Amino acid sequence: MRASDRAEEILEQLWILTKEQNKDSVTVEDLSIDRADPELNELAELRYIKLLGDRIELTSKGLKEAEAAIRRHRLAERLVMDVFDLKRSLMEEKACQFEHLLRKEVEESICTLLGHPKVCPHKRPIPPGKCCVKAMKHPKSIVSSLAEMEGGEKVAVAYLVTKDNRKLQKLMSMGILPGVKIDIIQTFPSYVFKIGHSVVAVDRAMAEDVFVRRLK
Amino acid sequence: MTVNLSRKRPQCHSTADMEIDARRSVVLVGSPNVGKSVVFGNLTGMYVTVSNYPGTTVEITRGRLADDSRAVAITDTPGMYSLLSITEEERVARRVLMENRPDMVVHVADTKNIERMLHLTVQLLEAGMPLVLDLNLMDEAERLGMRVDTKVLKERLGIPVVATVATKGMGMDELKKMILKEDILPSGPPLRYPETIENAIADIAKNLDSSYGISKRAVALLLLQDDHEIWQMVRDREPERYALVDAIVKHARERFADPLNYIITIERQRFINTLIEDAMDNDQVKGIPFRERLSRLSMHPVAGVPIFLGIIYLLYEFVGVFGAQTAVDFLEETVFGQYINPVANRIVSSIIPWKVLQDLFVNEYGIITLGIRYAIAIILPIVTTFFIAFSIIEDTGYLPRLAMLIDRVFKKIGLNGRAVIPVVLGFGCDTMATMVTRTLETRRERVIATLLLALAIPCSAQMGVILALLSGSTKALGIFVMVMGTVFLFVGFLAARLMPGERPLFYMEVPPLRWPKLSNVLTKTYTRVEWYFKEVLPLFILASILIWAGRITGLFDLVIKVLSYPTGWIGLPPEASKAFLYGFFRRDFGAAGLYDLKTSGALSGVPLVVSIITIALFMPCIAQFSMTIKERGWKMAVGMAAFIFPFAFVVGYLVNLILNGLGVVL
Repeated sequence: MRASDRAEEILEQLWILTKEQNKDSVTVEDLSIDRADPELNELAELRYIKLLGDRIELTSKGLKEAEAAIRRHRLAERLVMDVFDLKRSLMEEKACQFEHLLRKEVEESICTLLGHPKVCPHKRPIPPGKCCVKAMKHPKSIVSSLAEMEGGEKVAVAYLVTKDNRKLQKLMSMGILPGVKIDIIQTFPSYVFKIGHSVVAVDRAMAEDVFVRRLK
Repeated sequence: MTVNLSRKRPQCHSTADMEIDARRSVVLVGSPNVGKSVVFGNLTGMYVTVSNYPGTTVEITRGRLADDSRAVAITDTPGMYSLLSITEEERVARRVLMENRPDMVVHVADTKNIERMLHLTVQLLEAGMPLVLDLNLMDEAERLGMRVDTKVLKERLGIPVVATVATKGMGMDELKKMILKEDILPSGPPLRYPETIENAIADIAKNLDSSYGISKRAVALLLLQDDHEIWQMVRDREPERYALVDAIVKHARERFADPLNYIITIERQRFINTLIEDAMDNDQVKGIPFRERLSRLSMHPVAGVPIFLGIIYLLYEFVGVFGAQTAVDFLEETVFGQYINPVANRIVSSIIPWKVLQDLFVNEYGIITLGIRYAIAIILPIVTTFFIAFSIIEDTGYLPRLAMLIDRVFKKIGLNGRAVIPVVLGFGCDTMATMVTRTLETRRERVIATLLLALAIPCSAQMGVILALLSGSTKALGIFVMVMGTVFLFVGFLAARLMPGERPLFYMEVPPLRWPKLSNVLTKTYTRVEWYFKEVLPLFILASILIWAGRITGLFDLVIKVLSYPTGWIGLPPEASKAFLYGFFRRDFGAAGLYDLKTSGALSGVPLVVSIITIALFMPCIAQFSMTIKERGWKMAVGMAAFIFPFAFVVGYLVNLILNGLGVVL
């Protein structure tokens, strides 16, 4: 039995509040929903949440389910951004529609297609799935970090991780930008690659922030 | 990193007091290693250190246009990739643009990387600069099969564009003509950003009252891109409107998931791509050219090692054998030993009757017979050969390759590959190298590099004497290299653990391998040797005077006596303490003192190696110490000295213990 779309969104919100914002207790007000919402009952019946007056608590079962929903949501955002290349304004809306379509099997293949991304376009972490754990051992997806590439490969930059401004600016100043083609010359002792007509050397910490798509 | 040998440091207001009286001012800007300095040299006829290494110009250089009728002042700036500054060099360059109000800005660009270069062109246009685009290194681009249509660029960007090969002087006349004739009006911003950003730019611009030397659009963009220096400036200059500006930026930021810096850069990239599509043709060049193959070999983790060792070997043959032995022997024994010293002794003793005063100038420790003899006969040939070799290595573009090979090792000692430049330069002159640590990114890296230079990198003057001392015993040389290497890594490792701070990041452009130009190598060597002598010769003379004063007052005998205790602990004869005392003045002085002891037979075998190691670990010389004070401050310099001298003796003690324990016979 699965929760309805609306109930799933409530689960996600709950998860963000408790897990990412570390709130001790969440009330119906925090979620800006009504105590009488049918979705709350639905979630309670599924044993995903416990209702203690106005306070709502995730059960361990609900926690798992919520994490999976978050994962689907953020993967959907990445999919819409990276693959469909939609404008940001459209992204939110489309991603919301997609996330509910991502079922278990599809979710894993989408995740693999995207290269097991670690963050969503808003830079919030995507909880890793089984496929991500497996992929750590065999990194051979279409989009993955430059740090996982081998010498001789030809790739195009898909996106940069933009969390660390210091790194971002350095990468961009060397011309590493989405769409740019890169020929990887070697990866040890440093990452050396050709970009346009210049050769650039970076360390692993820098290479990790560049996500690329294999060409050919 | 090459050293710019003028003593001026980049400062906020350094541009104003260096003002050259001129009616027209032209500023050269561009990313590192695109040939700005060569263009500058061509225009002014002045020499700036030019090398095949990104980031050669650390400071601002000014000159006047050669055969100048309109009084044009030309300013060369440090390399900048973007108006948004991350390095000290970029900040200095931007300040020149903001404070100088140039009549013309020449953007010198590397044609073969035009896509990357145009980002700065776009930003300079946005900043409202009267701009000329100089597509330099055109020959390298053509060799790669690129053809650029300057007309298209000219029309679409609305600015004059000139193609040049500065190293061969091609196109320079055209550029000169433009500088003399054209009055350039700033052309408008070349592209529009997404609506949200454009609105924010307009709102911010409305709220900026003060003048910044660049257009308000550019200031607004830099604020949106979160440039700290510009934020600070706005905070200071717009106290009333600051909060409003801050709110506008925050609002714009919230509309995007990624940093605005990223969004803005990607928009520029989009604009540049369409421009390039129309302005450039690419003929595919088949295969990997030989130059490229060689370049890859030099960076290969396996093949790179023998190449590196080969270079070290050639360096040793040229500096260690030819410079430090052949040339030194000739100057020392023939020129000074047979001619100058005897003549000087005779003349001085005939003019000055008092032995005490004679000793000041001649005899064992006199200014002429010791100070000047050391400087000319020992130091000059070694330093000159080293700088020749270093300039050649630098101009070929090998240093960034070495940096990338060694980065992993350097990370362990808290540095990154870039620090290879000061370290290698340290083998020539630690004083110069200490100055160059300025270009390292974080304070932590600068401190660690300074410490390691002072402790474990023997300079060429000292190496020369050490190599002469150890000549004949490969085993002894091997032990010396091993101990110094271990100390370098061990102390670096400890320092990195003890000093918290950001992990260094390594990123570097690797320039193509190029043939060094003889004239460039010679000029560069000359400038460096000249600098070296200006710094060092007075200190040699001062050291001679101090030694003379110390001897006649008996102070030295006292110090030597005190020093003979630690000297004894590390298993050395008491005579060696004299060499150590002189080693406080200059490491190579001390090493040369050991040389005399060796020739007289008082020192050999294990004690010789122990004393060489001890003295090599000392702080190099007074000049290096004063440079450390200048760059790192009093406290740091004294702290380092307080660590280094006792530490040198401890290492000497341990080496003595281990070698004797193992029963090593040398």
